[in-house]
Amino acid sequence: MKITRRQMLILLPAAAVAWESVLAGTPEEAPNYRMTEHWWSMLIDIPKCIGCGNCVRACQAENDVPEGYFRTWVERYNVSDEQMTNPQVISPDGGKEGFPVAQEDGEKYFFVPKLCNHCADSPCTQVCPVGATFISPDGVVLVDQTYCLGCAYCVQACPYGCRYIHPQKKVADKCTLCYHRITKGLTTACCEACPTGARQLADLKNPNDPIHEFLKTHSVQVLKPQMATGAKVFYNDLDGSVR
Amino acid sequence: MSVFKDAGHLFRFAGLFVLAFLVFLVVRHYVVPKSFGQYGHYRGAAIGEIAARPVKYAGHESCESCHADVLDVKKAGKHAHVNCEACHGPLAKHADDPASVTPVLPDTAVLCARCHTASAAKPKGFPQVEPEDHSTGLPCGTCHKPHNPGMEAGGAK
Repeated sequence: MKITRRQMLILLPAAAVAWESVLAGTPEEAPNYRMTEHWWSMLIDIPKCIGCGNCVRACQAENDVPEGYFRTWVERYNVSDEQMTNPQVISPDGGKEGFPVAQEDGEKYFFVPKLCNHCADSPCTQVCPVGATFISPDGVVLVDQTYCLGCAYCVQACPYGCRYIHPQKKVADKCTLCYHRITKGLTTACCEACPTGARQLADLKNPNDPIHEFLKTHSVQVLKPQMATGAKVFYNDLDGSVR
Repeated sequence: MSVFKDAGHLFRFAGLFVLAFLVFLVVRHYVVPKSFGQYGHYRGAAIGEIAARPVKYAGHESCESCHADVLDVKKAGKHAHVNCEACHGPLAKHADDPASVTPVLPDTAVLCARCHTASAAKPKGFPQVEPEDHSTGLPCGTCHKPHNPGMEAGGAK
């Protein structure tokens, strides 16, 4: 076969483009999912949380979280009148099996479920020396566990205490916002298991997501706003004593 | 060429630099993963690998596609918005192959109490009972159907 100079010039760029895509591989396993069309977040409705621990158990079952480690956990706050800055916080075994019965009526109690805030400007991704943790184009902070060295810089950097070193794998581990579920059109395991709807997965890029109406009409706060992490876990009716 | 007459040692040194740079390029080509830098300073393929992890909770839509009868019962009661796997646990394996994996019926004594045991810490509007006073030790199922727990819905099921 003889190729003219003209044909060669046409073929070369086409071949280059094809070779590029071969090099890039197939990044997404879910066929109908486009990363650029989503920006994931979560809404937590504090007045709805009953502290049952369903989310903690569901997370551990879904993600094989080792015993004694938590990707999500529930804290119970008890705030006395004059002790706004010194709340009593308990989280027995992450709230996995619920909480001891509180007898003292008339005091302020509430539950705060916590998880990775999937910060848009996360300190944890900035300190990684090897590029093993990153925020995906759809707004989920993930760990590439085949690339992580286990140096634990990110564990120290997270202001919310959401990361740990996996005791067997010896690499950083954290909430993935059930990335393997949300890319398939499912909600996260914790949201699926929450009996009261206190946790809701939300897509900020979807104009039809009910989160937009909710954010407009409620007193919503993120944790540690002063750190400017761009946290995307929104808490409704969050008490000022929560750290 | 007379200008470079005594500069041979400089050329040899420059040659070494060029060689070292070429070696660096070759090593870098093999050491850096192919998809590194595809979306940012990380391995792009990691996203696909994380997305490919197996699902354990099937999601209520999966359950409802077969158990439409339970959905109808549930819709009429106070547990309408409680997803199936909130009580029944992760059942993606059952959804994939209903014949081989049979779900275990949850123990209502533990299950109901987990949410409905009275505590001053729980939101005031949430239905709560003192289990001992409320049922004098009888199982919850004696009076309440879990899928539609209201008393008007009738006895054990």
